[in-house]
Amino acid sequence: MHKDLVVDTKGLACPMPIVKAKKALDSLQAGQVMEVLSTDKGSVNDFQAWVKQTNHELIKHEEEQGVYKFYVRKV
Amino acid sequence: MTNTTATYQSMTAKEVTRFIVDKKPLFILDVRNEENYSDWRIEGETVESVNIPYFELLEGVEAAIERIPAEGTVLVVCAKEGSSIFVAEQLAEAGRSDVFYLEGGMRAWSEYLEPVKVADLQSGGELYQFVRIGKGCLSYMIVSDGEAAVIDAVRMTDAFEQLAAEKGVSIKHAIDTHLHADHISGGRTLAENTGASYWLPPKDAGEVQFKYEALQDGNEITVGGTRIAIQALYSPGHTIGSTSFIVDDRYLLSGDILFVESIGRPDLAGLAEDWVSDLRETLYSRYKELSEELIVLPAHFGKITELGEGGQVSARLGDLYKHNPGLNIQDETEFRRTVTENLPQQPNAYQEIRQVNMGKIAPSAEDQREMEIGPNRCAVHDK
Repeated sequence: MHKDLVVDTKGLACPMPIVKAKKALDSLQAGQVMEVLSTDKGSVNDFQAWVKQTNHELIKHEEEQGVYKFYVRKV
Repeated sequence: MTNTTATYQSMTAKEVTRFIVDKKPLFILDVRNEENYSDWRIEGETVESVNIPYFELLEGVEAAIERIPAEGTVLVVCAKEGSSIFVAEQLAEAGRSDVFYLEGGMRAWSEYLEPVKVADLQSGGELYQFVRIGKGCLSYMIVSDGEAAVIDAVRMTDAFEQLAAEKGVSIKHAIDTHLHADHISGGRTLAENTGASYWLPPKDAGEVQFKYEALQDGNEITVGGTRIAIQALYSPGHTIGSTSFIVDDRYLLSGDILFVESIGRPDLAGLAEDWVSDLRETLYSRYKELSEELIVLPAHFGKITELGEGGQVSARLGDLYKHNPGLNIQDETEFRRTVTENLPQQPNAYQEIRQVNMGKIAPSAEDQREMEIGPNRCAVHDK
Protein backbone atom coordinates (compact mmCIF):
# COMPACT_ATOMS: atom_id res chain seq x y z
CA MET A 1 0.00 0.00 0.00
CA HIS A 2 1.21 3.51 -0.80
CA LYS A 3 2.16 5.52 2.24
CA ASP A 4 3.54 9.01 2.61
CA LEU A 5 4.75 8.66 6.17
CA VAL A 6 5.57 5.87 8.63
CA VAL A 7 5.10 6.52 12.34
CA ASP A 8 6.88 3.92 14.43
CA THR A 9 5.55 3.71 17.98
CA LYS A 10 6.71 0.15 18.65
CA GLY A 11 7.54 -0.38 22.31
CA LEU A 12 5.60 2.69 23.43
CA ALA A 13 2.63 2.46 25.76
CA CYS A 14 -0.56 4.47 25.97
CA PRO A 15 -1.00 7.38 25.32
CA MET A 16 2.19 7.78 23.23
CA PRO A 17 1.12 5.87 20.08
CA ILE A 18 -1.82 8.22 19.58
CA VAL A 19 0.11 11.33 20.67
CA LYS A 20 2.74 10.58 18.00
CA ALA A 21 0.16 9.63 15.39
CA LYS A 22 -1.69 12.89 15.98
CA LYS A 23 1.46 14.98 15.52
CA ALA A 24 2.26 13.12 12.32
CA LEU A 25 -1.26 13.53 11.02
CA ASP A 26 -1.09 17.28 11.60
CA SER A 27 1.96 17.42 9.28
CA LEU A 28 0.22 15.63 6.39
CA GLN A 29 -1.59 17.19 3.43
CA ALA A 30 -5.17 16.20 2.68
CA GLY A 31 -5.25 12.90 0.80
CA GLN A 32 -1.90 11.67 2.10
CA VAL A 33 -1.62 8.34 3.91
CA MET A 34 0.33 7.45 7.03
CA GLU A 35 1.17 4.04 8.42
CA VAL A 36 1.30 3.75 12.21
CA LEU A 37 3.14 0.81 13.80
CA SER A 38 2.36 -0.13 17.38
CA THR A 39 2.99 -3.03 19.73
CA ASP A 40 0.49 -1.80 22.32
CA LYS A 41 -2.46 -4.17 22.11
CA GLY A 42 -4.50 -1.92 24.39
CA SER A 43 -4.39 0.95 21.92
CA VAL A 44 -6.02 -0.96 19.04
CA ASN A 45 -9.56 -0.02 20.06
CA ASP A 46 -8.46 3.45 21.10
CA PHE A 47 -6.87 3.98 17.73
CA GLN A 48 -10.03 3.14 15.85
CA ALA A 49 -12.13 5.33 18.14
CA TRP A 50 -9.66 8.19 17.75
CA VAL A 51 -9.63 8.10 13.92
CA LYS A 52 -13.42 7.96 13.89
CA GLN A 53 -13.64 10.96 16.19
CA THR A 54 -11.21 12.99 14.03
CA ASN A 55 -13.22 12.21 10.86
CA HIS A 56 -10.14 11.03 8.98
CA GLU A 57 -10.25 7.70 7.19
CA LEU A 58 -8.95 4.46 8.67
CA ILE A 59 -8.26 2.58 5.43
CA LYS A 60 -7.35 -0.67 7.14
CA HIS A 61 -5.57 -2.16 10.10
CA GLU A 62 -3.83 -5.48 10.51
CA GLU A 63 -1.60 -7.40 12.84
CA GLU A 64 1.64 -9.05 11.88
CA GLN A 65 3.68 -10.92 14.48
CA GLY A 66 2.60 -8.76 17.36
CA VAL A 67 2.89 -5.48 15.44
CA TYR A 68 -0.34 -3.60 14.76
CA LYS A 69 -0.40 -1.55 11.55
CA PHE A 70 -2.89 1.21 10.94
CA TYR A 71 -3.28 3.06 7.63
CA VAL A 72 -4.92 6.45 7.94
CA ARG A 73 -5.77 8.87 5.10
CA LYS A 74 -6.01 12.53 6.01
CA VAL A 75 -9.28 14.05 4.85
CA MET B 1 9.76 30.41 47.80
CA THR B 2 6.51 29.23 46.44
CA ASN B 3 6.47 25.91 44.67
CA THR B 4 4.75 26.60 41.40
CA THR B 5 5.13 23.10 39.99
CA ALA B 6 1.75 21.62 39.23
CA THR B 7 1.19 18.49 41.28
CA TYR B 8 -0.89 15.39 41.06
CA GLN B 9 -0.63 12.15 42.99
CA SER B 10 -1.28 8.47 42.62
CA MET B 11 -4.17 6.71 44.33
CA THR B 12 -4.14 2.94 44.82
CA ALA B 13 -7.08 0.60 44.24
CA LYS B 14 -7.10 0.03 48.01
CA GLU B 15 -7.55 3.76 48.61
CA VAL B 16 -10.33 3.98 46.02
CA THR B 17 -12.06 1.11 47.83
CA ARG B 18 -12.02 3.15 51.05
CA PHE B 19 -13.90 5.98 49.31
CA ILE B 20 -16.57 3.50 48.21
CA VAL B 21 -16.89 1.56 51.45
CA ASP B 22 -16.80 4.67 53.66
CA LYS B 23 -19.19 6.43 51.28
CA LYS B 24 -16.96 9.44 50.71
CA PRO B 25 -17.55 11.47 47.53
CA LEU B 26 -15.18 10.76 44.66
CA PHE B 27 -15.31 12.22 41.19
CA ILE B 28 -13.82 10.08 38.43
CA LEU B 29 -12.68 11.23 35.02
CA ASP B 30 -12.44 7.99 33.04
CA VAL B 31 -10.27 8.54 29.95
CA ARG B 32 -10.68 5.10 28.32
CA ASN B 33 -12.62 4.77 25.10
CA GLU B 34 -16.41 4.88 25.23
CA GLU B 35 -16.88 1.15 24.63
CA ASN B 36 -14.67 0.12 27.53
CA TYR B 37 -16.29 2.67 29.81
CA SER B 38 -19.84 1.58 29.06
CA ASP B 39 -18.85 -2.08 29.50
CA TRP B 40 -17.17 -1.77 32.89
CA ARG B 41 -16.22 1.07 35.23
CA ILE B 42 -15.66 2.01 38.86
CA GLU B 43 -18.96 2.44 40.62
CA GLY B 44 -20.11 3.38 44.10
CA GLU B 45 -22.98 5.13 45.83
CA THR B 46 -20.79 8.20 46.33
CA VAL B 47 -18.87 7.87 43.08
CA GLU B 48 -19.71 10.05 40.13
CA SER B 49 -17.93 9.62 36.83
CA VAL B 50 -17.66 11.11 33.36
CA ASN B 51 -16.05 9.58 30.31
CA ILE B 52 -13.82 11.64 28.03
CA PRO B 53 -11.34 9.52 26.07
CA TYR B 54 -7.73 10.72 26.46
CA PHE B 55 -7.40 11.10 22.70
CA GLU B 56 -9.95 13.88 22.84
CA LEU B 57 -7.72 15.71 25.33
CA LEU B 58 -4.48 15.70 23.37
CA GLU B 59 -4.60 19.43 22.66
CA GLY B 60 -5.78 20.51 26.06
CA VAL B 61 -8.03 19.62 28.93
CA GLU B 62 -10.52 22.51 28.74
CA ALA B 63 -13.28 20.09 27.75
CA ALA B 64 -12.55 18.06 30.87
CA ILE B 65 -12.29 21.07 33.17
CA GLU B 66 -15.79 22.09 32.08
CA ARG B 67 -17.21 18.73 33.05
CA ILE B 68 -15.55 18.13 36.41
CA PRO B 69 -16.42 19.97 39.63
CA ALA B 70 -14.17 22.91 40.50
CA GLU B 71 -13.29 21.43 43.88
CA GLY B 72 -12.95 18.07 45.61
CA THR B 73 -10.96 14.97 44.80
CA VAL B 74 -10.82 14.08 41.12
CA LEU B 75 -9.42 10.71 40.08
CA VAL B 76 -8.31 10.13 36.49
CA VAL B 77 -8.66 6.50 35.39
CA CYS B 78 -7.49 4.58 32.32
CA ALA B 79 -6.75 0.97 31.38
CA LYS B 80 -3.19 0.71 32.69
CA GLU B 81 -2.21 4.18 33.96
CA GLY B 82 -0.18 5.91 31.24
CA SER B 83 -3.00 7.97 29.80
CA SER B 84 -4.39 8.87 33.20
CA ILE B 85 -1.00 10.30 34.21
CA PHE B 86 -0.91 12.25 30.95
CA VAL B 87 -4.33 13.78 31.66
CA ALA B 88 -3.79 14.27 35.42
CA GLU B 89 -0.62 16.23 34.70
CA GLN B 90 -2.48 18.55 32.35
CA LEU B 91 -5.32 19.06 34.84
CA ALA B 92 -2.78 20.05 37.48
CA GLU B 93 -1.04 22.40 35.03
CA ALA B 94 -4.42 23.97 34.28
CA GLY B 95 -4.63 24.85 37.97
CA ARG B 96 -6.93 22.10 39.25
CA SER B 97 -5.83 20.89 42.69
CA ASP B 98 -6.64 17.60 44.42
CA VAL B 99 -5.87 15.61 41.25
CA PHE B 100 -5.08 11.89 41.37
CA TYR B 101 -4.59 9.05 38.90
CA LEU B 102 -5.40 5.40 39.54
CA GLU B 103 -2.15 3.50 40.05
CA GLY B 104 -2.08 0.52 37.67
CA GLY B 105 -5.36 1.58 36.06
CA MET B 106 -8.38 -0.68 35.67
CA ARG B 107 -6.07 -3.69 35.61
CA ALA B 108 -5.06 -3.01 39.19
CA TRP B 109 -8.69 -2.24 40.04
CA SER B 110 -9.70 -5.67 38.71
CA GLU B 111 -7.11 -7.38 40.91
CA TYR B 112 -7.57 -5.66 44.26
CA LEU B 113 -9.00 -7.74 47.11
CA GLU B 114 -10.46 -6.16 50.24
CA PRO B 115 -10.48 -8.57 53.18
CA VAL B 116 -13.60 -8.16 55.35
CA LYS B 117 -14.12 -10.07 58.58
CA VAL B 118 -17.59 -11.63 58.51
CA ALA B 119 -17.72 -13.22 61.95
CA ASP B 120 -16.14 -14.92 64.89
CA LEU B 121 -17.33 -18.51 64.68
CA GLN B 122 -19.06 -20.30 67.55
CA SER B 123 -16.16 -22.59 68.20
CA GLY B 124 -13.45 -19.97 68.21
CA GLY B 125 -12.44 -19.51 64.58
CA GLU B 126 -12.98 -16.64 62.18
CA LEU B 127 -14.61 -16.25 58.79
CA TYR B 128 -13.30 -13.72 56.24
CA GLN B 129 -14.73 -12.58 52.94
CA PHE B 130 -12.33 -11.25 50.29
CA VAL B 131 -14.15 -8.72 48.15
CA ARG B 132 -12.70 -8.36 44.65
CA ILE B 133 -14.47 -5.07 44.29
CA GLY B 134 -13.55 -4.30 40.69
CA LYS B 135 -14.81 -7.57 39.30
CA GLY B 136 -17.42 -8.63 41.83
CA CYS B 137 -15.81 -11.91 42.91
CA LEU B 138 -16.01 -13.07 46.52
CA SER B 139 -13.62 -15.57 48.12
CA TYR B 140 -13.71 -16.90 51.67
CA MET B 141 -11.22 -17.95 54.28
CA ILE B 142 -12.02 -19.91 57.40
CA VAL B 143 -9.38 -19.74 60.11
CA SER B 144 -9.36 -22.00 63.15
CA ASP B 145 -6.86 -23.41 65.54
CA GLY B 146 -3.72 -23.08 63.41
CA GLU B 147 -5.42 -24.09 60.16
CA ALA B 148 -7.26 -22.42 57.31
CA ALA B 149 -9.46 -23.31 54.35
CA VAL B 150 -9.95 -21.01 51.35
CA ILE B 151 -13.09 -21.25 49.25
CA ASP B 152 -13.31 -19.96 45.68
CA ALA B 153 -9.82 -18.48 45.74
CA VAL B 154 -9.10 -15.99 42.96
CA ARG B 155 -5.87 -15.79 40.97
CA MET B 156 -4.23 -13.29 43.35
CA THR B 157 -3.36 -15.91 45.96
CA ASP B 158 -0.93 -13.61 47.83
CA ALA B 159 -3.83 -12.05 49.69
CA PHE B 160 -4.81 -15.40 51.23
CA GLU B 161 -1.25 -16.41 52.04
CA GLN B 162 -0.69 -13.02 53.64
CA LEU B 163 -3.72 -13.31 55.94
CA ALA B 164 -2.69 -16.89 56.81
CA ALA B 165 0.76 -15.62 57.76
CA GLU B 166 -0.71 -12.79 59.87
CA LYS B 167 -2.93 -15.27 61.68
CA GLY B 168 -0.13 -17.82 62.04
CA VAL B 169 -2.18 -20.56 60.36
CA SER B 170 -1.41 -22.95 57.53
CA ILE B 171 -3.80 -23.34 54.61
CA LYS B 172 -4.92 -26.98 54.52
CA HIS B 173 -7.75 -26.84 52.02
CA ALA B 174 -8.40 -24.91 48.82
CA ILE B 175 -11.97 -25.56 47.72
CA ASP B 176 -13.87 -24.44 44.61
CA THR B 177 -17.67 -24.54 44.70
CA HIS B 178 -17.67 -25.13 40.94
CA LEU B 179 -15.59 -24.78 37.78
CA HIS B 180 -15.51 -21.01 37.33
CA ALA B 181 -16.12 -19.32 33.97
CA ASP B 182 -15.72 -15.64 34.80
CA HIS B 183 -12.35 -15.66 36.57
CA ILE B 184 -9.27 -17.81 36.85
CA SER B 185 -9.29 -19.92 39.98
CA GLY B 186 -6.39 -19.57 42.38
CA GLY B 187 -7.26 -22.86 44.09
CA ARG B 188 -4.71 -25.00 42.34
CA THR B 189 -1.89 -22.43 42.72
CA LEU B 190 -2.74 -21.99 46.38
CA ALA B 191 -2.64 -25.76 46.90
CA GLU B 192 0.74 -25.96 45.12
CA ASN B 193 2.18 -23.10 47.17
CA THR B 194 1.00 -24.30 50.55
CA GLY B 195 0.64 -28.07 50.26
CA ALA B 196 -3.11 -27.77 50.78
CA SER B 197 -5.57 -30.21 49.21
CA TYR B 198 -7.46 -28.85 46.21
CA TRP B 199 -11.13 -29.86 46.20
CA LEU B 200 -13.45 -29.74 43.18
CA PRO B 201 -16.87 -31.26 42.52
CA PRO B 202 -16.15 -34.25 40.22
CA LYS B 203 -19.14 -33.53 37.96
CA ASP B 204 -17.48 -30.23 36.99
CA ALA B 205 -14.06 -31.84 36.72
CA GLY B 206 -14.65 -34.38 33.93
CA GLU B 207 -12.04 -32.78 31.70
CA VAL B 208 -9.53 -31.47 34.20
CA GLN B 209 -5.87 -32.25 33.62
CA PHE B 210 -4.67 -32.42 37.22
CA LYS B 211 -5.27 -34.33 40.44
CA TYR B 212 -7.86 -33.08 42.87
CA GLU B 213 -9.87 -34.25 45.88
CA ALA B 214 -13.44 -35.13 44.93
CA LEU B 215 -15.98 -32.94 46.68
CA GLN B 216 -19.18 -34.93 47.23
CA ASP B 217 -22.56 -34.17 48.74
CA GLY B 218 -22.42 -34.76 52.49
CA ASN B 219 -18.61 -34.44 52.74
CA GLU B 220 -17.52 -32.73 55.90
CA ILE B 221 -14.19 -30.93 55.82
CA THR B 222 -12.84 -29.77 59.16
CA VAL B 223 -10.58 -26.83 59.82
CA GLY B 224 -8.53 -26.83 63.00
CA GLY B 225 -8.91 -30.39 64.22
CA THR B 226 -12.63 -31.00 64.46
CA ARG B 227 -13.62 -27.47 65.28
CA ILE B 228 -15.15 -25.90 62.19
CA ALA B 229 -17.28 -28.06 59.94
CA ILE B 230 -17.70 -27.27 56.25
CA GLN B 231 -20.65 -29.36 55.08
CA ALA B 232 -20.88 -29.88 51.33
CA LEU B 233 -24.37 -29.58 49.86
CA TYR B 234 -24.80 -30.61 46.22
CA SER B 235 -26.66 -27.74 44.55
CA PRO B 236 -26.48 -28.03 40.75
CA GLY B 237 -27.78 -25.40 38.33
CA HIS B 238 -25.09 -22.84 37.51
CA THR B 239 -22.88 -25.79 36.64
CA ILE B 240 -23.81 -29.44 37.00
CA GLY B 241 -21.31 -29.91 39.85
CA SER B 242 -22.08 -26.70 41.79
CA THR B 243 -21.74 -27.38 45.50
CA SER B 244 -22.64 -25.11 48.42
CA PHE B 245 -21.27 -25.22 51.94
CA ILE B 246 -22.73 -24.74 55.35
CA VAL B 247 -20.05 -23.41 57.66
CA ASP B 248 -20.36 -23.59 61.43
CA ASP B 249 -24.11 -24.37 61.08
CA ARG B 250 -24.68 -20.69 60.34
CA TYR B 251 -23.31 -19.59 57.01
CA LEU B 252 -24.42 -20.79 53.60
CA LEU B 253 -21.67 -20.32 51.03
CA SER B 254 -23.86 -20.45 47.94
CA GLY B 255 -21.23 -20.24 45.17
CA ASP B 256 -22.79 -18.98 41.94
CA ILE B 257 -26.20 -20.49 42.65
CA LEU B 258 -27.74 -17.75 44.77
CA PHE B 259 -26.67 -14.12 44.99
CA VAL B 260 -28.02 -11.29 47.11
CA GLU B 261 -30.01 -9.62 44.33
CA SER B 262 -30.14 -12.36 41.72
CA ILE B 263 -29.55 -16.04 40.95
CA GLY B 264 -26.91 -17.89 38.93
CA ARG B 265 -27.14 -18.26 35.17
CA PRO B 266 -27.10 -21.82 33.82
CA ASP B 267 -25.64 -21.14 30.37
CA LEU B 268 -21.89 -20.62 30.77
CA ALA B 269 -20.98 -24.23 30.00
CA GLY B 270 -23.34 -24.25 27.02
CA LEU B 271 -26.02 -26.41 28.66
CA ALA B 272 -28.62 -23.90 29.85
CA GLU B 273 -31.66 -25.94 28.78
CA ASP B 274 -30.35 -29.07 30.50
CA TRP B 275 -29.56 -27.35 33.78
CA VAL B 276 -32.65 -25.20 34.25
CA SER B 277 -34.54 -27.87 36.17
CA ASP B 278 -31.50 -28.52 38.40
CA LEU B 279 -31.28 -24.81 39.14
CA ARG B 280 -34.97 -24.64 39.99
CA GLU B 281 -34.78 -27.75 42.16
CA THR B 282 -31.83 -26.33 44.10
CA LEU B 283 -33.37 -22.89 44.65
CA TYR B 284 -37.01 -23.80 45.12
CA SER B 285 -36.65 -27.12 47.01
CA ARG B 286 -33.17 -27.94 48.26
CA TYR B 287 -32.33 -24.52 49.73
CA LYS B 288 -35.89 -24.10 50.96
CA GLU B 289 -35.41 -27.00 53.36
CA LEU B 290 -32.52 -25.16 55.04
CA SER B 291 -32.90 -22.86 58.03
CA GLU B 292 -34.12 -19.38 57.10
CA GLU B 293 -31.64 -18.04 59.64
CA LEU B 294 -28.62 -19.06 57.56
CA ILE B 295 -26.52 -16.14 56.34
CA VAL B 296 -25.97 -16.44 52.61
CA LEU B 297 -22.44 -15.67 51.44
CA PRO B 298 -22.29 -15.84 47.62
CA ALA B 299 -19.29 -16.09 45.29
CA HIS B 300 -20.22 -12.87 43.46
CA PHE B 301 -22.03 -9.61 43.62
CA GLY B 302 -23.49 -7.92 40.56
CA LYS B 303 -24.16 -4.39 41.72
CA ILE B 304 -22.18 -2.16 44.02
CA THR B 305 -25.36 -1.59 46.08
CA GLU B 306 -25.02 -5.19 47.30
CA LEU B 307 -22.06 -4.11 49.44
CA GLY B 308 -23.12 -3.66 53.04
CA GLU B 309 -21.31 -2.67 56.23
CA GLY B 310 -17.53 -2.54 55.71
CA GLY B 311 -17.97 -3.76 52.13
CA GLN B 312 -19.43 -7.12 53.18
CA VAL B 313 -21.82 -8.92 50.83
CA SER B 314 -24.30 -11.13 52.71
CA ALA B 315 -27.99 -11.64 53.45
CA ARG B 316 -30.26 -13.82 55.56
CA LEU B 317 -31.69 -16.73 53.56
CA GLY B 318 -35.24 -16.03 54.77
CA ASP B 319 -34.95 -12.43 53.56
CA LEU B 320 -33.78 -13.55 50.15
CA TYR B 321 -36.86 -15.76 49.83
CA LYS B 322 -38.89 -12.58 50.36
CA HIS B 323 -36.95 -10.10 48.25
CA ASN B 324 -34.70 -11.78 45.69
CA PRO B 325 -36.49 -11.67 42.32
CA GLY B 326 -34.91 -14.97 41.26
CA LEU B 327 -36.54 -16.80 44.20
CA ASN B 328 -39.98 -15.43 43.49
CA ILE B 329 -40.89 -16.78 40.08
CA GLN B 330 -43.66 -19.25 40.85
CA ASP B 331 -44.40 -20.25 37.26
CA GLU B 332 -41.91 -22.82 35.92
CA THR B 333 -42.18 -21.68 32.31
CA GLU B 334 -41.50 -18.12 33.30
CA PHE B 335 -38.54 -19.27 35.39
CA ARG B 336 -37.15 -21.17 32.41
CA ARG B 337 -37.52 -18.06 30.25
CA THR B 338 -35.87 -15.80 32.82
CA VAL B 339 -32.78 -17.97 33.15
CA THR B 340 -32.32 -18.89 29.49
CA GLU B 341 -33.53 -15.92 27.44
CA ASN B 342 -32.32 -12.34 27.26
CA LEU B 343 -29.37 -13.16 29.46
CA PRO B 344 -26.65 -10.57 29.88
CA GLN B 345 -23.58 -10.80 27.67
CA GLN B 346 -21.22 -13.60 28.78
CA PRO B 347 -18.15 -12.74 30.86
CA ASN B 348 -15.07 -11.75 28.88
CA ALA B 349 -13.15 -14.78 27.49
CA TYR B 350 -15.31 -17.19 29.53
CA GLN B 351 -14.57 -20.20 27.35
CA GLU B 352 -10.82 -19.71 27.60
CA ILE B 353 -11.14 -19.10 31.34
CA ARG B 354 -12.88 -22.48 31.73
CA GLN B 355 -10.03 -24.09 29.78
CA VAL B 356 -7.47 -22.51 32.12
CA ASN B 357 -9.41 -23.72 35.14
CA MET B 358 -9.42 -27.24 33.70
CA GLY B 359 -5.66 -27.09 33.22
CA LYS B 360 -6.00 -27.45 29.45
CA ILE B 361 -4.23 -24.20 28.59
CA ALA B 362 -1.68 -22.22 30.59
CA PRO B 363 -1.53 -18.62 29.32
CA SER B 364 1.10 -16.14 30.51
CA ALA B 365 0.35 -14.02 33.59
CA GLU B 366 -0.14 -11.04 31.28
CA ASP B 367 -2.69 -12.90 29.14
CA GLN B 368 -4.51 -14.11 32.25
CA ARG B 369 -4.95 -10.50 33.39
CA GLU B 370 -6.34 -9.54 29.98
CA MET B 371 -8.76 -12.48 29.98
CA GLU B 372 -10.26 -11.35 33.27
CA ILE B 373 -10.93 -7.75 32.24
CA GLY B 374 -14.54 -6.70 32.82
CA PRO B 375 -17.32 -7.58 35.26
CA ASN B 376 -18.20 -11.17 36.27
CA ARG B 377 -21.75 -11.33 34.81
CA CYS B 378 -22.59 -14.64 36.49
CA ALA B 379 -26.11 -13.64 37.57
CA VAL B 380 -29.19 -13.68 35.37
CA HIS B 381 -30.02 -10.07 36.27
CA ASP B 382 -26.59 -8.56 35.54
CA LYS B 383 -26.59 -6.09 32.72
